[in-house]
Formats: sequence, structure tokens, C-alpha cells
Amino acid sequence: MSDSNINMVAPPEGVVGEGFFATKLNDVVGLARANSLWPLPFATSCCGIEFMATMASHYDLARFGSERVSFSPRQADMLMVMGTISKKMAPILRQVYEQMSEPRWVIAVGACACSGGIFDTYSVLQGIDKVIPVDVYVPGCPPRPEQIVDGVMKLQELVKTESVRRRSSPEYQELLASYNIK
Amino acid sequence: MALETIQIQDKLVETFGESVFNFNQEKDIFSLEVAADKITAVILFLKNDETLRFNFLTDLCGMHYPDGEVNRQFAVVYHMHNWYENIRIKIKVFINGETPEIKTVSNVFPSANWMERETYDFFGINFIGHPQLKRILNMDEMISFPMRKEFPMEDGGRTDKDDRFFGRTIDNY
Repeated sequence: MSDSNINMVAPPEGVVGEGFFATKLNDVVGLARANSLWPLPFATSCCGIEFMATMASHYDLARFGSERVSFSPRQADMLMVMGTISKKMAPILRQVYEQMSEPRWVIAVGACACSGGIFDTYSVLQGIDKVIPVDVYVPGCPPRPEQIVDGVMKLQELVKTESVRRRSSPEYQELLASYNIK
Repeated sequence: MALETIQIQDKLVETFGESVFNFNQEKDIFSLEVAADKITAVILFLKNDETLRFNFLTDLCGMHYPDGEVNRQFAVVYHMHNWYENIRIKIKVFINGETPEIKTVSNVFPSANWMERETYDFFGINFIGHPQLKRILNMDEMISFPMRKEFPMEDGGRTDKDDRFFGRTIDNY
């Protein structure tokens, strides 16, 4: 193994002794989750093209444990919304989000997904956070692959530090209730 | 022999008399107005007449003139094309602003089906006799007809838009 070129993530903080390593369950679960975020691309326009570049060999999002792009919401962890979401599309996006199992995270990629972008008009949803909760916003029109990778890394930080109990906390239930989900 | 615009005009006046008027050449397209109740007959005539042969309905759309007199507040515009001689024609029909309705031409040109639905969707113009007059592009729950001038262009739920960047202030400051 010594001459191979494999990078491994650093272990979480803990106590090391002879033959044992003690750490918090929270950190281990966070580490595992953060490095195997399966993305679900919801690409409707040009930001989706940038995402294709992000997934391809040059930028290679697979380095971050996102090798498998899931096209079933049920097996995805990270919903990446890329592109203009029209109001007619909003219920579909919402349904996709509802079909994802917990824990689930959302990245809004690009100006349109974040705020409606240049489409200041009656037919376009003014930001996907009007219908589903969003964890990370990636600005840009469209953002470069570096920015999308940066957004994923920001999300990894969130995932690493998230408490394993967060998803059953009253605050989280309240958040979902405010979006009228479930 | 090429089809002259005067021929088109003569044929139409001969057949429809007072119901076709305001003939004029607007740039490179020959235009006329038709009375609302005659539109289906005129379109059918233009399509089937042996010399006119306007066999293709290029476009059908609505227009809104909220400042006009009540009977001329909406217009439906038909563009037709004669493929044999490559001649185009534009037909305008003005209709009432309070109850905008006109007969469908989807029985003459099946392609008018979706174009009339679109015109209904954006202007609320009722096409009498249309087989399935419901919204086609906007969401079904929508209650406004967005291309009418009285409805705002922007979304009411916008929260972080700066009017200056969307040309919505007078001097852009």
C-alpha cells in the first residue's frame, strides 16, 4: 500500500491507544455520510451542462465520494437543482424531494435555482427555497465547475458536523412543516 | 402568373363585401381586417380558393390594446402563407374587450388547436367551438391571463430582486 497513490480522509478527533481508537459516533457517521454523498441531478438548463463537466474526468466529482449519480430519488442523498424552475415544474421538484429518504440535502446551483435569476417573471419560481429547504446555494450564471465542487465541499462540512439526531429534532420537523412537507 | 395583392383584395371584397376592410401593404406583408363573425369563412375561403391557395396557417396570436375603444380592445392576428407562390398575408380581427370571444378556426386548420389554446392561456380570449379550450403553457391553477396589460409581469413572491437590474425603474438608479 505504501507506494500507491490513494488519498484517505483523516480520521475524526479521538483517543488513540494501542489497539483501539475511541471517538464519537456522531463524527464517524458524519465522516461516512460526507464522503459518500450520492447526487441526484435535477438539471433543467445551462447549469446542468456545467454539472456534466463537473462529473466528467477533468473536475471529477467522484473524488468526493459522489461517484454514483443516482437517478432515483429514493437512493440519493444530495439533490442538486440546476437551472430555471418554472412554476409548472415546482410540484414535480417537490415530489422528487419528498421521495428522497432521510437524511437528504439540497444544493441550489446557479442564479435561477437560488432566486429565479434574470427571470423576474410570473411563470418562474423565484428560488427553489420557496418550495423546498435548501442547504447550500451556489451563485453564478452559470457557475463554473470549480464553484459547484466548492458547493459540494461546503455541503460536506455541513454533513460532517450534523448531529445524528438532527433529523428527528423538533426544529427540523418545524422546518419541514413550514414547507408543508409530510 | 404571380398572384397580385390586388387580386387577393378583389376576390375577398367580391365574396365578403363589407366584412373585409382596411387593406394595406405593411412593409412586405399584405394586411387586412375582417369582421369577427366572418373569420372562419374568410380563412376557409383563403385556404380553398383555387387561385388564392393560402394553404398554411403560419401563426395565430392575440394582442391587447387596453386604451382602445371597447369593441377594439383585443385583436386576434392570423398569418397565412401560400406555399405555391410564396406569398404571405396577415389578417387582424378586433374583438370586444369585456367579452373577448371569436369563432375557432381549428376546424379549418388543425394546427390552430394549440395556437388558440395558447392565445386563450395568455389573453383569455374565448374561441367558440374549440374542442379543448384550456391552458397549455401556464400552470392550470393560474387565475390571471399574463399577457393582458393589467396583470403585472413580475412574480408577486419575489423577495430579493433589485428593480434597478430589471429595467423596472424609470432612470435605472
